[in-house]
Amino acid sequence: MEKRKRRLISRTIILLLLGAALVFALYTNFTKDKNESLRKGSVAPNFVLTDMEGKEHKLSDYKGKGVFLNFWGTYCKPCEYEMPYMEHQYQNYKDQGVEVLAVNVGESDYAVNNFITKHDLTFPVMIDQGREVENAYRVDILPVTFLIDKEGQVIDIITGALTEKSIQKHMERIKP
Amino acid sequence: MKEVKCDCGHINPFGTKICGKCGMVLGSEKENKLIDMRYEGSARRSQTYKKTIVDKIWNFFSSVKVGVTLIVIALIASAVGTILPQEMYIPSTATPAEHYELEYGWFGKVYYELGFHNLYSSWWYLIIIGMLGISLLIASIDRFFPLYRSLKKQGITRHDGFMKRQRIYGVTKLDDHDINLDKVKAGLKRQRYHIREENGHILAEKNRFSRWGPYVNHIGLIIFLIGALLRSVPGMYIDKVVWLREGERKEIPGTNGEYYLKNNEFTLEVYDKGNKEDEQYSAAIDKTGTIAKTYQSDVTLYERKGDALPGEKVDLEEVKDYKIKVNEPLKHDHYSLYQVDYKLDELSTMAFNLINKKTEEKFGGVKIDLNNPQKRYELNKGYSVDLISYFPDFEFDDKGEPRTISKIPNNPAFIFKMHTPDKPEGEVSFVAIKETAEPLGENTYKMAFNGVETQDVTALTVRKDLTLWILFTGGIIFMVGVVQGSYWNHRRIWIKRKQDEIVMAGHTNKNWHGIKRDIKKAIESTSLSEPTDQLEEEKSSTKGEVLNG
Repeated sequence: MEKRKRRLISRTIILLLLGAALVFALYTNFTKDKNESLRKGSVAPNFVLTDMEGKEHKLSDYKGKGVFLNFWGTYCKPCEYEMPYMEHQYQNYKDQGVEVLAVNVGESDYAVNNFITKHDLTFPVMIDQGREVENAYRVDILPVTFLIDKEGQVIDIITGALTEKSIQKHMERIKP
Repeated sequence: MKEVKCDCGHINPFGTKICGKCGMVLGSEKENKLIDMRYEGSARRSQTYKKTIVDKIWNFFSSVKVGVTLIVIALIASAVGTILPQEMYIPSTATPAEHYELEYGWFGKVYYELGFHNLYSSWWYLIIIGMLGISLLIASIDRFFPLYRSLKKQGITRHDGFMKRQRIYGVTKLDDHDINLDKVKAGLKRQRYHIREENGHILAEKNRFSRWGPYVNHIGLIIFLIGALLRSVPGMYIDKVVWLREGERKEIPGTNGEYYLKNNEFTLEVYDKGNKEDEQYSAAIDKTGTIAKTYQSDVTLYERKGDALPGEKVDLEEVKDYKIKVNEPLKHDHYSLYQVDYKLDELSTMAFNLINKKTEEKFGGVKIDLNNPQKRYELNKGYSVDLISYFPDFEFDDKGEPRTISKIPNNPAFIFKMHTPDKPEGEVSFVAIKETAEPLGENTYKMAFNGVETQDVTALTVRKDLTLWILFTGGIIFMVGVVQGSYWNHRRIWIKRKQDEIVMAGHTNKNWHGIKRDIKKAIESTSLSEPTDQLEEEKSSTKGEVLNG
């Protein structure tokens, strides 16, 4: 009887281990695609970038505030589409603890400055010259917006152009 | 579920077919002329009881039938995945949903709808492979341990019924003379048999280790599967591409900012028909056009000193210079950088002269860095040029407005405002490759094209694969198992001395001809009669019947 009990226990353990391995394999495989970009719920990678006015922005300094982190390029039409809405909503939410950081994907100062002038942008715009922030956030498609809450957690990742309404909705979500 | 006690006093687990010690045939095997020697007639663990759910699952995976079925299903599924190209091999510009139907018709549509375009990473394919792995492991555990135990514990003196039912069997009547078995023993020893004796009975055995071949093989396979599984674990496997212009230094993606790479120069050499050395290739060059001799990136690898946030100024230390060529990657700290693509002659600067259209008098020149243009260029005294707009990759959009479709200067276009002493307000000129326009009326001055500078761009694959050595180890163990199991055979010869006869039986797991030859060699020059192959006898006798009938 003792023997049989031992056997049952060892079998159960082996089966559980194998089952766990299988579940693990499935899990890692299905999160692989999302692994390519950042996952929801993970801590937003910290970074430092200097905006076009020479002011340094460190993400961790915005703890306690919501951060609307947008990656964009001047050549990207949907990026251009959402910019005026972002600007408009920034005016509404900047006093409610929501910061907009618009990170350009390594274009020239000339192109970015021209773009800022064209759209009258007042939120901080910065150029990720070395593409390091882009790599850290595993940016693939533009535009992409990371919603970072006051704890510094990425609560959502949105690709594609945003309408004014959805920008407002998202700002509501990260408002502290 | 009772244990079975043999006449010799040995207690065998339930399900045993042949007593582990004396070899007496137990249960239904008695009716057979020859016994099935698989797993030494020991009780396979799974067969003993089927009570709890755990045991039921265990039994399922232990079954060879289930294992073979899984292999067949996996084979069919893998084959189906090769009928049409997988998603990663279709052009990246195509939308899969449309591409499959467009290219392959209704079949492509069905193929796509069923998800076969991503078959190898589908959940059901992974489950099949996973179950196959589980089946391999459990079936092995279930068979290896009882087999190991029964071979370890096997008795030397075997029951008459056991001997009689062996395929190789022979009896030598002693009548009145006696036979000294020493000669036979010596003969067997010479053939590297291990001899064990008990009361004058002999067990000669060799190459038992070849029986472990299949299990070693399975261990190799399981290690291989684990390696494949680890590929999707973050940090174990990286496969990225980095594009670097000449003179550009960038973070190597996938290294978390630990390494930076600078492209010093990219060279593409082609075989030249005019060159004497390359003459032998002239026919091939005629046939295919240009043929590359070398793709080479001269790079410098840097390592980051200390910590730095992305975007922060980093302290870099030069690690080494290297020339990356096809098949000669730069290897460092588990990372490999392979030459994968290139782009020749990307525009880097463009120069213009400000001239009077009529007199063609020059008032100075500008050289525009296409990746970092300035807003204003000062020329001769009183002359300057403003860059109002710049489109690195210019085209007209559907509203007829100029725009850029990327940040790469593939087709640069400019809108200049030229300030001159006689036109202080400025004249506006649109300049693109092979076209100029004067949107605000006729100008006196123009920006005359004055040459370009280009640079090459190299593309490198960043690869890190920590699973490779696991796959390698698995593969080697797999092969060791195959060799172990196929180039050696486990052979046993039993010699039982009775009152007036000597009984001889033999068993091997494969190559029956070999064991027969061993026996023949061992007993030559003795008066022992050669045992016969009972299976062959049976065959020839049935054949005889057929012939007679």
